[in-house]
Amino acid sequence: MCGNDACGEGAVLAGCRFYAGYPITPQNELTAYMAKRMNETGRVFIQAESELAAINMVFGAAAAGMRAMTSSSSPGISLKQEGISYMVGCELPCVVVNVQRGGPGLGNIAPSQGDYFQSVKGGGHGDYKLIVLAPSSVQELLDYTFLAFDLADKYRNPALILGDGLLGQMMEPIQIDSGIQPKFIDKPWALTGCKGRGPNIIKSLYLGDGVLEEHNKKLQEKFILMKESEVRAETFHTKDSEIVLVAYGSVARIAKAAMEMARSRGKKCGMIRPITLWPFPDKAIEEACNAARKFLVVEMSAGQMLEDVRLAVNGRAKVDFYGRMGGGVPTETEIFQRIEAMA
Amino acid sequence: MRPKNRKTKKRKNYPAIKQSNDTTTVLFSQPASLYAVENHYCAGCGHGIVHRLVCEAIDEFGIRERVIAVAPVGCAVIAYDYWNFDVTEAAHGRTPAVATGIKRVRPNNIVFTYQGDGDLAAIGTAEIIHAANRGENITIIFVNNGVYGMTGGQMAPTTLAGQRTATTIHGRSLRREGYPIKILEMLAVLPGTKYLERVSVHSAHEVLRAKRAISKAFKMQIDNKGFSMVEVLSMCPTYWDMTPIQAADRIKNEVSTFYPLGVIKSC
Ligand SMILES: Cc1ncc(C[n+]2csc(CCOP(=O)(O)OP(=O)(O)O)c2C)c(N)n1
Ligand code: SF4
Repeated sequence: MCGNDACGEGAVLAGCRFYAGYPITPQNELTAYMAKRMNETGRVFIQAESELAAINMVFGAAAAGMRAMTSSSSPGISLKQEGISYMVGCELPCVVVNVQRGGPGLGNIAPSQGDYFQSVKGGGHGDYKLIVLAPSSVQELLDYTFLAFDLADKYRNPALILGDGLLGQMMEPIQIDSGIQPKFIDKPWALTGCKGRGPNIIKSLYLGDGVLEEHNKKLQEKFILMKESEVRAETFHTKDSEIVLVAYGSVARIAKAAMEMARSRGKKCGMIRPITLWPFPDKAIEEACNAARKFLVVEMSAGQMLEDVRLAVNGRAKVDFYGRMGGGVPTETEIFQRIEAMA
Repeated sequence: MRPKNRKTKKRKNYPAIKQSNDTTTVLFSQPASLYAVENHYCAGCGHGIVHRLVCEAIDEFGIRERVIAVAPVGCAVIAYDYWNFDVTEAAHGRTPAVATGIKRVRPNNIVFTYQGDGDLAAIGTAEIIHAANRGENITIIFVNNGVYGMTGGQMAPTTLAGQRTATTIHGRSLRREGYPIKILEMLAVLPGTKYLERVSVHSAHEVLRAKRAISKAFKMQIDNKGFSMVEVLSMCPTYWDMTPIQAADRIKNEVSTFYPLGVIKSC
């Protein structure tokens, strides 16, 4: 199965009842997969007139209490930012998938990680955060999409799957049915018609003096809770490594191969793979600082996650960077050479 | 909308006044769907009338508990402070997309949008055209007052030629700003649209006709007939720089000659 299809199947397994999307490469397989599977399973698929419409249809379905998803690639995700901001403000859960491609602008259709800032620092207007999950295999695209629905519902907040063109297009064997059931929760706030209760209102507008500040405080409390409970990362040999690589998504797989190459040549090299890009695994990095002298951040960008690594390291070690942009993919050898140069 | 320091009175859930016994006939009562509160609209504004007509129609069909409304960004942004049923906000112009999402997952609910002419005919043109073209079984209440009320009376796509607004201080120039848009006539060519009517609220007579049109639009949805939309020509005395009476006369003499009243399409 290809990554895009696996992502779609994860959504189907999670009980996604509504999907709206708009074609864009390299995520087209996902929209096509949803068109097929949502119809087969008696759920709703809409090819929207734009990404703006797609995210707002998802807004509607989510407001009506249903699990809903939209997907796109970088330029389309830019258009969704308004809707995402509204959904955070209105406390509506949904899953957004970004199969990143090269930018800025129309860029190209090659894999990229240039949307890290957009994903973890806000992207749209206002003070807000999304839970951002970064799968690094086809299996994880399925598993984390499934998980994203539970997390979105739990916090009443959108969750983002940050993939890239490489992951989306890649074929790998996967296990589809893990036997895990989605965690459906009651949504007494949802719009269902006010039979037997007072009206429900979904809104992000708070006009009274100080009322919006209170609303923001409530949102920030949720973000703190997410930080405390939802950090996910994978670490390799970080207890005794002098050089620690930090990479996520598809690049993490290449970086891991480079780490193994370095270790087979006797270098004390480890790696941290953030799985949640927000909340960021600061602690894993802080702990690695006990042994590490140097970090090497590897990304398909000009150095975006690099800033979060630097913040977590907080001067206790040197932080180097190796990145490729505009569709360039770092190779194992390139990373290994960087490790050698640092050692 | 005037500066927002006029506070809306705390909402009370008044039931409809039902005093009909053998000797009295109720001619007029508070709709159960409409809270009996003071609203924030300017004197002579059409929004309050349209709110009431929508609520009366909803009550008459007995669908209050099935309704899910989508409020716009515009002067009617806080319509949920007046409506006694489920309401969501929507980003400016995305209103029909939000309604689409709701109706598709809850086909048994009655879903309507309430939109101004900036919301629907400018920033939200793509959303309204495609919701109409898909033939979504939703109802659109389109309040055309020819200006952007909320943001201070700027030109809307519906502003008449020569009309002075905050952004067309010497009057709308057709050469510079283009022509006023007749949205219903545009939508009428789409097979997905089933009922389109233009009405006005500038006189008691027209208000009654507006009410019938709004009821018909909801009935279309209740009967699963598809996309229905009512355009209501509405007064904005504040940004037309007129008294309420002058504003009502302007619709009669000027606005409704450009935007003809009546059924544009019914099938
Ligand atoms: C994306 C975005 N752009 C602009 C605005 C500012 N804005 C608020 S209401 C409005 C126009 C409202 O005019 P209309 O839809 O005609 O409704 P009215 O106030 O006249 O009832 C605008 C431009 C906004 N809220 N969001
Ligand atoms: S539409 Fe015009 S009259 Fe009505 S509330 Fe807004 S500004 Fe006032």
